[in-house]
Amino acid sequence: MFHIYNKIRRTGCVTEPFPMPDAPVVELGAACQKEIAAHFSGSLAIRMIDTGSCNGCELEMHAANNSFYDIERFGIHFVASPRHADLLLVTGVVSRHMQEALKRTYAAIPAPKLVVAMGDCAGYGGEFGISYASCGSVSNVIPVDAIIPGCPPTPTVLLQGLLQLLRQ
Amino acid sequence: MITQQQPTQGKVSSFADQLTAVGIRIQEDKPLPGMTAQLKLRSKDWGFAAKVAAQNKLRWSAVWGDHRPPKIIIRALLFGVDGHLLLQTEVTEGSPELPSQAEFFIVASRPERYLQDMFGVRFQEKKDNRRWIRHQAWLETDFPLRQTFPVAGNPVENTKPDNNYPFPAVDGEGVYQIPVGPVHAGIIEPGHFRFQAMGENILRLEERLGYVHKGIEKIAVGRDLDGLIRLAGRVSGDSTVTHSWAACQAIERALEINLPPRALSLRAILSERERIANHLGDIGAICNDVGFSFAQYQMSRLRELWQRQNQLIFGHRLLMDLFVPGGVSVDLSKDDILNLQLEIEQLRPEVEELLPLLLECPSLQDRLRDYAFLTTADAQRLGAVGYVGRASNLQDDLRRDAPYAPYDQLDVKVPAFSEGDLIKRMRVRGEEILISLDLLSKLLKQLPEGSLSVDYSLPGREVEGVGLVEGWRGETLAYLRLDDQGKVLRYFPRDPSWLTWQALEMMLDGVIVPDFPVCNKSVNGSYSGHDL
Ligand code: SF4
Repeated sequence: MFHIYNKIRRTGCVTEPFPMPDAPVVELGAACQKEIAAHFSGSLAIRMIDTGSCNGCELEMHAANNSFYDIERFGIHFVASPRHADLLLVTGVVSRHMQEALKRTYAAIPAPKLVVAMGDCAGYGGEFGISYASCGSVSNVIPVDAIIPGCPPTPTVLLQGLLQLLRQ
Repeated sequence: MITQQQPTQGKVSSFADQLTAVGIRIQEDKPLPGMTAQLKLRSKDWGFAAKVAAQNKLRWSAVWGDHRPPKIIIRALLFGVDGHLLLQTEVTEGSPELPSQAEFFIVASRPERYLQDMFGVRFQEKKDNRRWIRHQAWLETDFPLRQTFPVAGNPVENTKPDNNYPFPAVDGEGVYQIPVGPVHAGIIEPGHFRFQAMGENILRLEERLGYVHKGIEKIAVGRDLDGLIRLAGRVSGDSTVTHSWAACQAIERALEINLPPRALSLRAILSERERIANHLGDIGAICNDVGFSFAQYQMSRLRELWQRQNQLIFGHRLLMDLFVPGGVSVDLSKDDILNLQLEIEQLRPEVEELLPLLLECPSLQDRLRDYAFLTTADAQRLGAVGYVGRASNLQDDLRRDAPYAPYDQLDVKVPAFSEGDLIKRMRVRGEEILISLDLLSKLLKQLPEGSLSVDYSLPGREVEGVGLVEGWRGETLAYLRLDDQGKVLRYFPRDPSWLTWQALEMMLDGVIVPDFPVCNKSVNGSYSGHDL
């Protein structure tokens, strides 16, 4: 057990100040938290759904939760049920086999709700596009409020995208 | 740790004689580059040949189809101690009947159902001929990988959910079903799990996949080589290097291109980096699934540092799009090499410190040890690959057992255990990180000078090739057929998840429902790589 405590002590805190292109972190963080406080009672709950990604986008979404980015400090957290969510974060093209699941997940989120398409696939159809098996981008199936481009978007880009949407 | 035994015992080079001895008529072909042998059979002998292969302890690896009207060519890949064997037969599109191989290799069952859905091949005397990859996006009478089927298909506005797929139910007092998915609770890909449970105990799990089928094989057709490699890099994002390499290798074998040694070493560097990144992340995630967040914090920290280095030196955190047919598109400067070497020296002591910590921690051991066994017999019956196989002493590792350049110049150690429990699947991955670090430092130290890629000319005739590489999940295949202009006629990627997803169903004896996520994580099959 002491080994573990020792390792924790030596590792310390690695969480980083968050780099924004055009605004100092603290200010922007504070502004966002104000938005979240005003519209989402202090916390923004995200339900993610993969409707046909290659799983690259999920890896970066996981990374956004690691101790370097620590997305929760901005009041943003991932929830298990769409009924607890304010925002639906979608990755991948919408495979036809996931079309109904996406619509039902969307319907299960209480209004008002936001939808963000993460990555080039979800945003524009990416490498897979429309075919017998795929509906293409998310906006072909449900209304989308914002697109975060990239293949995959890095955790930084993901956070910037979310924070920007909140500022709007 | 066991390092001696080698459970795949059969030899593919004697398979032809074994078939002839039991009266099966065969035609031996000149093997495609990379294959040890290649045999053609009459379709009626397809099942019996599998029986002979199973008796002679070959490992079944893949089956795929290729529609060349009016025929459908079927190929299966077998593995022995002396390499790979390609078995070929054909059926007509009018009466595509074929004996099943699944009776002798249980793992063949789902790939055969896939052939049935995609090509309309009907397997005779097969117990399970339910649909597999097809849900409701196309009709039972349509077969997307037949040439006459348009890539756009005939979709309806709203594809219905596939909610009457027949799951066999377990009978008995107190037995109930738990449907889970396709949308799961965490940040994870979609799939459906149907549990038959009694109290907390799982009596039976059946997987139902295919939710992220996006038509990769169909949309590959007609692409040029660069477009194909971009697509291959997205078959499964966590294995982008692996699938890109397999596809490139298939192209290069088909076009008879020899790569410059520097390109080969750089590919291996990328591949080992991908292995380490995934192992780091998954060890943390396995521990996190039993609530041990210390390991998650530490491992995700190491993984993040590793990915940042990827970004800094290779320009992409997951190493996407760094392969080109004939080579690679990144180079390492002297400084880069020094940085990478420094990074290895930083990571190694961290991993060497953390792994024993995890293995000695009683509360973690209590959850992971002696639990969720995949017995060696089951692993062998299944032909499990990668860390799932190795934890159950099924050791096959192409880098050692069927080495391709540059691994033919390296001594690759393969860690293996015989217990096959959850902690061993994790331990194999820990050991593999250290082994990969050794390989990386050798590769960096001996990085040959020279060019990054070679020019090549288009075939001028139809050609085909098979690529086989050992990804972090295990043996990964790419089959390619190209036309005279180098355009894709057929692309088939086989992710190792096809062989390990079924292992998950077999390791749940005595496991309770709340522990399913950690068992799933210890296998970590790719949904995307499987669903295509
Ligand atoms: S955007 Fe890129 S990383 Fe994300 S799902 Fe699509 S192909 Fe994968």
